[in-house]
Amino acid sequence: MQPAASPACHLSARDLACRRGDRVLFAGLSLELAGGEALQVAGPNGIGKSSLIRILGGLLDPSAGTVSRSGQAGLVDERPALDQHLPLAQALVFWERFDGRAAAATRQLGLHNLGDVPVRYLSTGQKKRAALARLIAQAAPVWLLDEPLNGLDSDAAALVEQLVAQHCASGGLAVIASHQAITLPGTRRLDLCEFAA
Amino acid sequence: MTRQLWALLRRDLALLLLGGRRAGSRGGTVLPLLFFLAVAMLFPFAVGPDARLLARTGGGVIWVAALLAAILPLDRLIEPDLELGMFDQWALRGLAEEWIVAVRIIAHWLSFGPPLMLAALPAAALFGLDGNTITTVELGLLAGTPGLAALGVIVAALTAGLRGGAALAGLLVIPLAVPLLVFGAGSLAPGGETGIALTAAASLVLLALAPFAAGAAVRSARA
Repeated sequence: MQPAASPACHLSARDLACRRGDRVLFAGLSLELAGGEALQVAGPNGIGKSSLIRILGGLLDPSAGTVSRSGQAGLVDERPALDQHLPLAQALVFWERFDGRAAAATRQLGLHNLGDVPVRYLSTGQKKRAALARLIAQAAPVWLLDEPLNGLDSDAAALVEQLVAQHCASGGLAVIASHQAITLPGTRRLDLCEFAA
Repeated sequence: MTRQLWALLRRDLALLLLGGRRAGSRGGTVLPLLFFLAVAMLFPFAVGPDARLLARTGGGVIWVAALLAAILPLDRLIEPDLELGMFDQWALRGLAEEWIVAVRIIAHWLSFGPPLMLAALPAAALFGLDGNTITTVELGLLAGTPGLAALGVIVAALTAGLRGGAALAGLLVIPLAVPLLVFGAGSLAPGGETGIALTAAASLVLLALAPFAAGAAVRSARA
């Protein structure tokens, strides 16, 4: 089920600082993750969890510090990146074509009955699960999950934990930003409050 | 990368060309086309049924109507994909914004250039243009619409995410499209055939600049 992640993925950050507008969100943050490891980034709203995720993915430039990453990053955030007017199956087909890999996890994620429902009619949790299907099909060794449990019921939340565990077991690494507790054996925890400026 | 670009082109064409068939999608070709024909039809009502006047000014009116029709889809070109997070996903997969907007220019042109050239035929009949003039108009549109497409994507990328971006985009495109309009419509004047070559030159400059300008604009809008 789980595509094998590349064995040598790695993510490290040194002395990161993030500034949004004229407000410094956090500074002096360093982290080091190798394949098989998962890190939960915790902290209250507005502390800069999403910004950190975007910096780690290279989507946002840090105001100081450097990020080095080997292995492609896959991102799940609040936007599903699926065409709203298309039926779910067709919206996923675009990414299958783009990534050259079939989205095999739709049944595991409980999406197999929703293939002909337009993405716009899906619930928050269903969209989140669809985004996870896209992420799994991307087969990126580095997972960046921004609030992956938002809108998910407890079964689906357990499923996310299981998917992350599988991903790490197959050599991938994951950074999970969430204000909700995630129960994963061996997950490290980074409290952003410690780095708040 | 070729696979990724093909996937992009297929999606862009489905969105921009056939989009009108599905409720809530991005409009498609039909609306700008109807708009173009409506503008062309309004003109004879406004200036009266003087056949000589219509024949003399008709080519220019077709050009103005084409420019206005090209403005209509601007707010659907870049902004929805930024909002959906598509550009983030493409960036994570290592595909440069320049490639993405280059593909989008092609798709945008295909969705309005050739249909506009077809619609120019009934519009030309409406004005009673003669065969030579129609040929010049069609050649001019062929040379000019790629430039309009490139310009449209640049401006759409620049205004994506701004409040009132749609109105601003129209306002920005009009002055920037003046060279295309001057050369394109100018080619209709007696002895103005070189205008087509100049229109093509202006288009080529815009096409060469557009991926880089629009790509940079998308990158800064994303951060």
